[in-house]
Amino acid sequence: MAALCESFTLCGLGPSGGVGLGGGLLALEPGPDPDHVLLTDRGRTATLFKVSDQKPLGCWSVKHGQIITCPVVCNFETHEYIAVHDDKVLRIWKNKDINLDKVFKATLSADVYRIHSLPNGGPVVLFKGGGVRTLDVLLEAPQQEIENIISDEVIKWSEAFMEGQQPVLIFATEKDGDFFVYVQKLKMNSLHKYKLEQQELSKPLSFTAYIKNQIITLLCLYSNDSVYKVLIPLQQNSEEEEQILSKSLLLKLSVSGSVLKGTSFVVLDRDHIAVLGSLAASGEDSKECLTIWNTKFQTLQTSKELPLGTSGQLWCYEEKFFFTHGKVLTVIMYKCETSSLAAAVGKLKDSQTPDVSSFVNWNTLGDEELVVSLQSQQSVALKSESKMTLRSKRNTVAEVQPDTLSVGQLLLNLKDASTTVFEDELRQLISKAQMPDFQATIGCVITALINRCKTNPKYYPRNFLLHIVQTRDLSYSLCPDLMAVALEKKDVHLLQICLQRFPDIPEEITYACLKVFLSISESYLQRIDVNLESVICYIDIEFNNKEVKTEIVENGFNAELEQDIWDTKITKETHVTADGEFCPVGPQKAALLNAVLHSAYSETFLLPHLKNLPAQQAVLFLRYLYYLYVKCSEKINTTLPGIRSPTISQIMDWMCLLLDAHFTVMVMLPEAKELLSNLHKFVRAQVRFYSELNKIEGSLRELQRLNHQKDSQKYSIEVLELI
Amino acid sequence: MGEFEVHRVRFFGLVPAGVRCLACQPRGGRLALARTDGAVEVYNFAANYFQEKVIPGHEARSVEALCWTVGDRLFGAGLGGEIMEYDLARLCVARTVDGCGGPIWSMAANSSGTQLAIGCEDGSVKLFQVVPGGIQFERNLDRRKGRILCLSWHPSDTHIAAGSIDILRVFDVCSGQTIQRIMVNYHVHKVKRECIVWSIAFLSSGTVVTSDSFGRVQFWDWERGTLLESHTVSTSAVLSLSVSEKEDSIIVGTSTGATYQFQLLPVKMGSLEKRWVRTKPFQHHTHDVRAVAHSSTALISGGLDAQLVIRPLMEKMQKKGYDAVLRKFTFPHRRLVSCARKARLLLFQFSQHLELWRLGSTDETGKDGEVLPLCRMPEHLVQLKSKGPEHIYCSCVSPCGSWVAYSTASRFHLYRVQYEGDGVSVKKVPRVPKLLLPAYQLQFSSDSGSLFVASARGSVHVLQLLEPGGCKHLHTLRPPSGCPEAVYLLAVSTDGHWLAAVGGDWAIHIYNLKCFKHHCAVPTYSCAVTALAIHPVTNNLVIAYSDQQLFEFSIPEKQYTAWSRMVQNCGLHKVWLERDSPITHITFNPKNPSHILLHDIYMFCVLDKSLPLPDNSALLMNQSTLKQLPETARQRQLHAFKICKKFQPLLFADLLDENCLVMVERPIMDFKTQLPLPVQQKKFGT
Repeated sequence: MAALCESFTLCGLGPSGGVGLGGGLLALEPGPDPDHVLLTDRGRTATLFKVSDQKPLGCWSVKHGQIITCPVVCNFETHEYIAVHDDKVLRIWKNKDINLDKVFKATLSADVYRIHSLPNGGPVVLFKGGGVRTLDVLLEAPQQEIENIISDEVIKWSEAFMEGQQPVLIFATEKDGDFFVYVQKLKMNSLHKYKLEQQELSKPLSFTAYIKNQIITLLCLYSNDSVYKVLIPLQQNSEEEEQILSKSLLLKLSVSGSVLKGTSFVVLDRDHIAVLGSLAASGEDSKECLTIWNTKFQTLQTSKELPLGTSGQLWCYEEKFFFTHGKVLTVIMYKCETSSLAAAVGKLKDSQTPDVSSFVNWNTLGDEELVVSLQSQQSVALKSESKMTLRSKRNTVAEVQPDTLSVGQLLLNLKDASTTVFEDELRQLISKAQMPDFQATIGCVITALINRCKTNPKYYPRNFLLHIVQTRDLSYSLCPDLMAVALEKKDVHLLQICLQRFPDIPEEITYACLKVFLSISESYLQRIDVNLESVICYIDIEFNNKEVKTEIVENGFNAELEQDIWDTKITKETHVTADGEFCPVGPQKAALLNAVLHSAYSETFLLPHLKNLPAQQAVLFLRYLYYLYVKCSEKINTTLPGIRSPTISQIMDWMCLLLDAHFTVMVMLPEAKELLSNLHKFVRAQVRFYSELNKIEGSLRELQRLNHQKDSQKYSIEVLELI
Repeated sequence: MGEFEVHRVRFFGLVPAGVRCLACQPRGGRLALARTDGAVEVYNFAANYFQEKVIPGHEARSVEALCWTVGDRLFGAGLGGEIMEYDLARLCVARTVDGCGGPIWSMAANSSGTQLAIGCEDGSVKLFQVVPGGIQFERNLDRRKGRILCLSWHPSDTHIAAGSIDILRVFDVCSGQTIQRIMVNYHVHKVKRECIVWSIAFLSSGTVVTSDSFGRVQFWDWERGTLLESHTVSTSAVLSLSVSEKEDSIIVGTSTGATYQFQLLPVKMGSLEKRWVRTKPFQHHTHDVRAVAHSSTALISGGLDAQLVIRPLMEKMQKKGYDAVLRKFTFPHRRLVSCARKARLLLFQFSQHLELWRLGSTDETGKDGEVLPLCRMPEHLVQLKSKGPEHIYCSCVSPCGSWVAYSTASRFHLYRVQYEGDGVSVKKVPRVPKLLLPAYQLQFSSDSGSLFVASARGSVHVLQLLEPGGCKHLHTLRPPSGCPEAVYLLAVSTDGHWLAAVGGDWAIHIYNLKCFKHHCAVPTYSCAVTALAIHPVTNNLVIAYSDQQLFEFSIPEKQYTAWSRMVQNCGLHKVWLERDSPITHITFNPKNPSHILLHDIYMFCVLDKSLPLPDNSALLMNQSTLKQLPETARQRQLHAFKICKKFQPLLFADLLDENCLVMVERPIMDFKTQLPLPVQQKKFGT
């Protein structure tokens, strides 16, 4: 659930004092350090604030008569501040500078629309004519010519991202009611122009965007009180003329009869957006509110009335909202927790998300959410409407893609195409995120690939398959043959990824994977690329074979001593072999086995298969489980470090399962005997240990209760009822 | 019935003094107890162990030993070096005699109670003759070095055994010579520590029993000087020892708080040979058990944790009754708190000072069990220190809060307290009338216009309080037949018309204050009165006795009321009668004339006379049951006693106004932490 927390005033904005002298705010940008923001007003001043202290740290103004025309930003690499006044004059200064007249100045040849500062990419300057330069390039020759690429379109909004190592700039323009989106990749110097699909009777008011998996997701707040989502693939092979971007409804801003007239909005995480606007119920005065919406469940999560009115601007940094409320700049903290049905019923898979990140980490955005939202928007948007858009598409641009009507056909056409063409086409097909039945399409693509593999035993697009499995959310049922083929090809890496990502692998396949993993030789595995993140944190990759020092008894023989030696020998042996000091399998194999441990299964279905596991492999697996168990127990919280490392309950469940399946065999096996006895001893020790802990817990709880009872209050007024 | 706003007060920092010594009255039903602060108390076994008399302490008069002598006279001796005789009628020290041997560590009376022997710091044992009007020095016994820590007469009065450090000696009373010396640590090898003989008893068989700092209880044949038996009962000292009258049972108390019983039992069934066997261990105390006594039916122990524990011996019990239950007393059986209802003040009485507190307030209301937020905190207004070594006998604050009075053994003080805004000024009233002191109870009239001073010989002085701060003696009320005992409880009617006074003979006299005449006496009841009060509307006198009986006596009609007769006919509930602490305060709710509010240490009770009395089959403490019942079902379950046990130990409870109560609690743990640390004992896990 998302919730608004405490709020405080950062500064006043009144004409008599505070920031901006009544002119209002131009923008708010993150400052050089966390918890710092840079305020630019619609006048001459920029102010640096420390948010938690509500304290201005610095304030810089341009001369009378000059006016700051573009929000002041901070260059995160050099900790310099960059401002543009009077459209063309660039100023750069540092913290210690006081007078802006005396700092670096450069006059440019064209009007600047905005400067975007990227954490690792340096500032990027967007000119009003649509030209883009990085600051470094610009400063080399400030008077260089800037091209005008948008002619008489007007820039409405812009945003910059880092994609890999290159900055990507996206901006939206308007001309005569048509909206265009430009995506500029600076390093590659490529510019793409898209036209935004038109919406009857409404137009976009506000934009926001984020990038994920090479796809820019553009969210637009329309004047019909809806938020639409537009997906723009970054990888674009064809340098064709402008394409039409179709949009899909993400959210209707209405709640039980009242409609929120949004003015600006921000994205909080994959399920939540915050909208600032005025909520108008029929027949009532509208009230300005800050609201948080869940896009997944289409619900209003929380709202806060702002009776003093706002300027319609909303910023959000480090889990704080900033907006003007009356004559002050107000800060409200918020909490936004992932909401899902699974969480509601307590079945949430513990996803190892980084603990606390003050920035929204788009990489944690689950792709499945994208897909789900795509599907849901498909269902939400009326069928007729979608048909209509299709028609309009066809009308406006005649030779758009052969579209969905022909996924099957397309695949059929490609059946005999060469491998490279085939893969290229498929790649393109996949990058079209806005296709209906996208999931089904991917299924078809995979099936096509697998079929090709089957017919052509030499063909196995390892990397392509891996890429699809890694980036898309697939399931076993969507491509049932994939794992079978992978098993056949012994593509353990793909199997590992499948085990980690597929929620519905049949127990038979899980068992088959386990068997393959256990049977593959270590030397073979060492040459193979396997995701080791689940083992890297606890396994000792360097096998340091310490030599077992043997004690030598000189001159004859002492029964007691002999006995002692015998004992130590035994203990040492067990130490090495079974006591979990060293991992019985190599790190690659361990990582694969962890993937098996992680997969979902049902005991009754797995057990019959597990019984077929050869005894030697079963012992090896048990040895590994025992090793994991010992490792787990070393830690106070009984969890293994690392991502996707098995939990203690998974380890225990598998151990029990394996023992159930193979107990009679194990008892007979001489090499398993010692392992079993050690395991027994260890478990018994653990049981004792925990029972002692339980006792301590009980005692401590009792103590706590006593302490609680003994309230040291010297005086209280209580209510006593006598009947 | 209703909701009360309860001011739960826990800031009364009373620390009861530890028990130093105990003495059972021979063939009598009383127990004398001395505390470490010098106070002496008398408990009456017949009156349900009611704390009948209290003689407050004195800084310079510690009491190390108490003895009952012939004529039920009580003597005490202490480190002040004096022997004191207590006047149990006037509750003060009647006379003192210097022992002339330095601090007195021990004192013992002979079997007939005609002679006292004292053991002094200088090693001397002196004999005193108990004569009418005092004691007379008789002679010194053979003096040796080393303080005499304990003494015991042989039942035939011919010999005295005395315990000292490392040694015990036996004197011949006739010749005064030491006729036996026994080194008690002779059998302990290479011990450098001295062995202190803390307690001694001389049995008629010639066996001397000692308890010592090594934790041993030893039995000696004094004539041969040999050790008969040795029992190590504790790793720390055995401090006290007492033998039953029949000499078949011994109780010892140790510094770990444990007590043990020894019994003389046949070695075999039917065998004539008997030996001392340690039979029962008890751990009732947390601190040193400095004093033990062995009554005919119970083991009695008193510790530095201020507890008096009476543990009945079940084999001596004929029937299940009040005596058959373990009793523990920690707090006095009288009020140390008085309350100014109108001004919402509490006056706390400590041994040598008074504290005046103003209660806090709240402006919230709530449901049962809720703690309301305070809008004003309680305030410590005044601390009045009593000058001189004497401890305070009694104290009182007037209902309006502007007068505070207290009395010590020899002085009476009256203060005028004025409240100006947040400030408080205290002015001593000069030239208070000379009265027969000490005063045992002080009571202001409800209009704060006069003060009643309970005094010796059954008399009550009436003082008129004058503005702006003076007082005048108006009258002295006396029972017509005379009375030797002091008045210890007073009750005055709200209309100022009647005064009831109870003396040490338990007779209740009622006086008419309009004409200062004796009105009548309540029919005698053979039990101690523990509390009484006059109803503000009906002028009925409600009396609580230490056997837990309740009576209501109509003053205007000079007879018991119909309700009281009904109570006597039906009898009170069994559970009510079996309670072990006396009612210490009675008050009324003027808005609800049928309600009587009373409390003891463990419960607060509203007695609703309009409801039927519970019979023995009904549940007496039924409040929690009632709370679970629906409204309609409650009606059938209601009975007169509405008991609340939430506030414990309850030292005082009073009604401030219609639905506002004040409860003064003193949690045991709060004062236990202020006691000196007990001997460290190894406990599991520490």
